[in-house]
Amino acid sequence: MTSAKKLGAAAAVAVMGLALAGCAASAPEPVETTAAPGSVDLRMSVWTSNEDQLALFDEIAEAYKADHPEIGEITYESLPFADYNTTLTTQIAGGNAPDLAWMGDLSHDLIDADALVPLTDALKGTKGWGYDDLLGSVTAEFSADDELYAYPFSNSPFALYVNKDLLAQAGVALDDEVTWEKISELGAAVHQTTGKAGFVIRDFDYANWGQLATVWTGWGASAWSADGATCTMDSPEMVDAFTFLHDAAFVDQSMPGPGTTADFFAGDAAFTVAQVSRAALLDGSFAYDVIPLPSGPEGDYSVIGQAGVGVLSSSPHVQEATDFLAFLTDPENAEKLAQYFPPPRESLLTGEKLAENNPKLTADQLQSVVVDQLPDAVTLPNHTGPAEIKAAGKTALDAMWLADADVKAVLGATCDALTPLLAK
Amino acid sequence: MTAVETVVESRGAQAPRDLRRPFWTTRRRDQLTGYLFIAPQLAGVVLFVLVPVGLGIWYSLNEWNIFRGELTFVGGDNYAALFSDPQLPAVLGATAIFSIGIVVLNIALGLGLAVLLNRRFRGVTFFRTVFFSPVVVSVVAWTLVWGFLLQDNGGINALLAVFGIDGPNWLLSGDTAMISVIVTQVIRSVGVNMVLFLAALQGVPSELYEAARIDGAGAGRIFFRITLPLISPTLMLTAVITIVGALQAFANVAVLTGGGPGLSTTVLVYYVFQQAFEFNDIGYGSTLALMLLTFVMLLTLLQWQLRRKWVFYED
Repeated sequence: MTSAKKLGAAAAVAVMGLALAGCAASAPEPVETTAAPGSVDLRMSVWTSNEDQLALFDEIAEAYKADHPEIGEITYESLPFADYNTTLTTQIAGGNAPDLAWMGDLSHDLIDADALVPLTDALKGTKGWGYDDLLGSVTAEFSADDELYAYPFSNSPFALYVNKDLLAQAGVALDDEVTWEKISELGAAVHQTTGKAGFVIRDFDYANWGQLATVWTGWGASAWSADGATCTMDSPEMVDAFTFLHDAAFVDQSMPGPGTTADFFAGDAAFTVAQVSRAALLDGSFAYDVIPLPSGPEGDYSVIGQAGVGVLSSSPHVQEATDFLAFLTDPENAEKLAQYFPPPRESLLTGEKLAENNPKLTADQLQSVVVDQLPDAVTLPNHTGPAEIKAAGKTALDAMWLADADVKAVLGATCDALTPLLAK
Repeated sequence: MTAVETVVESRGAQAPRDLRRPFWTTRRRDQLTGYLFIAPQLAGVVLFVLVPVGLGIWYSLNEWNIFRGELTFVGGDNYAALFSDPQLPAVLGATAIFSIGIVVLNIALGLGLAVLLNRRFRGVTFFRTVFFSPVVVSVVAWTLVWGFLLQDNGGINALLAVFGIDGPNWLLSGDTAMISVIVTQVIRSVGVNMVLFLAALQGVPSELYEAARIDGAGAGRIFFRITLPLISPTLMLTAVITIVGALQAFANVAVLTGGGPGLSTTVLVYYVFQQAFEFNDIGYGSTLALMLLTFVMLLTLLQWQLRRKWVFYED
């Protein structure tokens, strides 16, 4: 990007909310760096601000620098999660892209635009890295044409958290039959008896509708076809799933209605669907359990939320950044990262190993809600243009959250809104 | 050559230099001083207004792929897209409702409060402070608090429940979301107009009121025949800044409703943000921004032209 373009982008952002961009892709060559000592500074964008996690990353960076004199500084730039995609995109547009970045649903856009460095050869070529140790089910979201573009460092399955105290207070109990119908029935009982909420789909808030994949997958539904070209929000399975959710909100009142807040971790709800990594929010103020997601009409299923880390092809230090990424994610460091992020490596996925660094959940719980779920898990809906798809879907689905909504018609309108975007 | 001739020749040689005016005349010095005074503002306007507007026009003629760094000239495609965008009519409708609601409510409430607080009574300073204080509160903090209060199980509905009223779902109902956004915005900003009107009211000569009362004029007649005409320049000023402010309001929509439910509170400036920064469609976002700029300029120009018809002293 030229200086004129950078100046233009900065000025435009200041007054008119406009930005411009520029970066070009290039694949790394697995060769030794020829950079002068201390001449390479690397910057990695992350969305965590957890001091323990950042300390671990710093520790790994220091270890890497000790063996790589060409590296000057390795810095981790914490960006707020809520604005992470927008901030990262603006940085790229302003010619200030990081060398490495965490990514979630932006990965498809980045891969599609050749903005990420292909990693497969580099990782396979790194001695002792163990590429075959990666689970196929967790690399798919960050791959294209059998090429891996981001290392899926966090693969956190969604699980059902249970507040046992609230169930006891309502005089009900959860037996071995854990189905959505049963959860709704118990949730309604808790709401009627205690005034607290039944079940909460965390982070949905009647806006982030992709989170509902943690429910509709149990009905065998999906937002779009496997190739991402056809909207399936209006399928009979999806209609059934949304009918269940609509009834839960407006008929059974087992799920808090729109505009009503209830925080499970503050003791306000009997159940919540949230990622296993959220267990850190359990403070012991009530008796709890963490179990796999309830069965739907189509049986058992599992859903994961993922985060990957990749190298931006606009980086002036692609070779060094790729080499650092290989070090950051090698078996030894992957084991360290596993104390915070469920790893993609099969060798690290045992309940006992995960429990070593997890004070909230037992080895059995981790085995059932993490290890057993990952191989067959599906991910939350992801597609190129995620922000536009999310906004269009939200706009259409707002009509769903009225007591007299026509579920089938609303889902039809949702597909009408999404279809042109899926074709982009 | 005589001595006299020598003197004359010498004067003749110096004459052009003496007759030429010095470069740094008083006028030029004054001009330079003036330019130096306006230079910082001028630089700011050029750098942060004119250059971005120029770039905005350029971007609107292009499609910019941020991730690829590709700029492709598309001519008038983005302008043509304005006519085929299925969401734009709803966005413009929401913008019109929002702007009209803000302007009418803000000016009426600001003027009403100013008239009430222009009297002498115990505690008048306290009430003036109370109504002005929201102006100094951060707009995001203000909106976040209102977001909690307006939830279905929030403070407003809890208060209504005390009186046996089942309050609506303020922010998620199509009927009440826009009203909520307008009212929270007006409560926060009405203090500015109130202060401007107060200053204007205190500038109206009291002998005019005395004369009107002696002539038997009632309160309504006095207000419409004396007060309103004399504060009309301030009314003009508040109308312009309120309309421009309404068209630029972003934070309360973004934080309170995110433009929903549906598109019912998606005002134009929020739509520009979505297109340019969330959807990364810089070209179309620029086109929408230029449309917004055109609206603001046309409305301001219209008011400026109409001022002769209703602003006192503007004949």
